[in-house]
Amino acid sequence: MDTGDTAWVLTSAALVLLMTPGLALFYGGMVRAKSVLNMMMMSFGALAVIGVLWVVYGYSIAFGNDVGGGLLGDPSEFFGLQGLMSDKALVFTIPALAFVGFQAVFAIITVALISGAIADRARFGPWLLFAGIWATVVYFPVAHWVFSFDGGTAPVGGWIANKLAAIDFAGGTAVHINAGAAGLALAIVLGKRVGWRRDPMRPHNLPLVMIGAGLLWFGWFGFNAGSALGANSVAAVAWINTLAATAAATLGWLLVEKRRDGHPTSLGAASGVVAGLVAITPACSAVSPMGALLVGFGAGILCALAVGLKYRFGIDDSLDVVGVHLVGGLFGTIVIGLLATSSAPAGVDGLLYGGGFDQLWRQTVGALAVLLYSFVLTLIIGTAISKTIGFRIQDEDEVAGIDFTEHSETAYDFVARAGGAGVLGGKPSATVRVDAEARGANA
Amino acid sequence: MKLVTAVIKPHKWEEVRAALESFGVTGMTVSEVSGYGRQKGHTEVYRGAEYDIALVPKIRIEILAEAGDVEDVAGIVVKAAQTGRIGDGKVWVSPVDSVVRVRTGDRDEAAI
Repeated sequence: MDTGDTAWVLTSAALVLLMTPGLALFYGGMVRAKSVLNMMMMSFGALAVIGVLWVVYGYSIAFGNDVGGGLLGDPSEFFGLQGLMSDKALVFTIPALAFVGFQAVFAIITVALISGAIADRARFGPWLLFAGIWATVVYFPVAHWVFSFDGGTAPVGGWIANKLAAIDFAGGTAVHINAGAAGLALAIVLGKRVGWRRDPMRPHNLPLVMIGAGLLWFGWFGFNAGSALGANSVAAVAWINTLAATAAATLGWLLVEKRRDGHPTSLGAASGVVAGLVAITPACSAVSPMGALLVGFGAGILCALAVGLKYRFGIDDSLDVVGVHLVGGLFGTIVIGLLATSSAPAGVDGLLYGGGFDQLWRQTVGALAVLLYSFVLTLIIGTAISKTIGFRIQDEDEVAGIDFTEHSETAYDFVARAGGAGVLGGKPSATVRVDAEARGANA
Repeated sequence: MKLVTAVIKPHKWEEVRAALESFGVTGMTVSEVSGYGRQKGHTEVYRGAEYDIALVPKIRIEILAEAGDVEDVAGIVVKAAQTGRIGDGKVWVSPVDSVVRVRTGDRDEAAI
């Protein structure tokens, strides 16, 4: 066991965990004031549900020994994380549970990312159910395909990592294409929001969006550099590439806005940050820092153009999970086939570095396989939930605001002299009702 | 007695208040309001999608004044609030039948 590696991976895991509350802020600021709490609760719900499932059987499905074809790990091998507390249980140079924790937070944020596609209109209970089912049949297996290397946590791992040998350092396929394709499917299943394209649905709090983007960028250093699973030069390369691509993507997005819309916007900067982070995620061990600038700049421009497509197709992917995560993930994954250089830690040359088409087709096959699997399975899961217990809230509840109807809360007190000190009508603007028996029971 | 009502751009509020104060206006009622005039709101762009925002935030000022002061008061507001661009707002004057000061019961001119 290496203590430096262990310290870095544990730290990285905590950084990645912070990305999910960061995402909650990023998404929460983008919706209207009447649905910000529900938007944030979908991320916190993913934290809760996936945190539990990962411990019980999620890790085992993803990282247990392969049960056939590189498709699925053995759910019983590490059920309840059995046998992993021993100081002999190592994954490479770190304790197995440090690796378990690091991978847990990946599973959580992948599920949370999907929620942006169905803002303002999903019942909370069915969302939690969806999160659990989707993680079980989509994320855990796909994480096995992509992240489980032969001889890592088990003798035989997943097919994309080992047989196909597509490069996905930190989750361009398993996280972003996966969540993006699922978001697309779920937006189709749930349908458009009431008044979409007729009523203004502009972001209610852009500073929240920018704080969220900042926290995502901060946490993403754990996501990418932590994926080196060690405190070493690979982590350092990933770190710098994560900086370079993100900065370039921000410029790319703002450039498109300036030319197309006339103004560089704060939402554009925040979106460019995320687009760059998404694109460099699979590529950060395979390209040079100069390559990372190209990856980021390209992703910033491409995603800024892609977010408009939902209007053409009439799909209410409310917060652009497709335009940013699916498009950015596809770009970052496939561009490895062009821009990979053998001087980077992954040690592979892409087409533009004289490596021919070999890596390019591997990247493309890996990307499309995850896209297709996630899209189809999500359509099935989403439709099944819709047809049985129902997935969408009532139209009148959506108009009234999902925060109030699903959670019995409102995010902001808009009443003048708020917070109970009001004098209008001689009464406070809010009254407190305390149930004496309930209070006694809690005491 | 007259009521002077002004709807102005929010960023002009401090200048208008200072000008009225130096003229000797001792009190007013101010509210944050929204509306639109000839400028018909404005357009905002989020991720490339244009939104027509119909209502623009404004400040509404209400001042009770004696009839002889009204022209001056209205003129001061117009001068201080003017930028020369569309959306500067409006000032209008309306008659007031009677006024009572709540604390003392003073009426009309004595209450202004």
